[in-house]
Amino acid sequence: MKSSDKEIKTLTKAELAARLHDKYGSKRDLSKATSMRFIESLFQKMEKTLSSGEEVKISSFGSFIVRKKRARIGRNPKTGVEAKISERRVVTFRSSQALKNDLNGI
Amino acid sequence: MTRSEIIEALKQEFSHLPGTYIEKSVYEVFSCIAETLASGGRAEFRGFGAFGVKKRAPRVGRNPRTGKQVKVDAKMFPSFKCSRNLINRLNKW
Repeated sequence: MKSSDKEIKTLTKAELAARLHDKYGSKRDLSKATSMRFIESLFQKMEKTLSSGEEVKISSFGSFIVRKKRARIGRNPKTGVEAKISERRVVTFRSSQALKNDLNGI
Repeated sequence: MTRSEIIEALKQEFSHLPGTYIEKSVYEVFSCIAETLASGGRAEFRGFGAFGVKKRAPRVGRNPRTGKQVKVDAKMFPSFKCSRNLINRLNKW
């Protein structure tokens, strides 16, 4: 599907919360604020786990892995000035085969 | 941490909510992201990171066993960029 065919939509926490509320919350008389707190808490839990260096695995979606990057010499793309980039840890995402298949309509 | 561990932690925090609601909701979150990406959209979560879709160009590959050349079609793959917040916390900046 060409993304230019329609506007590209961006999913946010607020939208996820609204979706949960419509689908499950309203039937159970839960407030919209509850759905929002739920979503915030879900992401906070994942952030906290990753910040401690532990990975987060979501089966049939993918895993978030903490990787260590070595220090290297980089370059400011605008000015061309070389700069030392310090050793750092970053979070990478390894998608599951199921998600890759979804994206390719398999 | 796995999805079921996240669900357990949320059940403890939101003990007033029915367990099935919590389970379904967590599953819904990830399938929502997958659906959005599958339709060519993006997903952006402040403080966590952003998901997008990128295209991998077609290429000529090789069957590692037989050495025969094979065409590999172009395909889409998900990309994830973690937030500045997460990098800062990981590196204690």
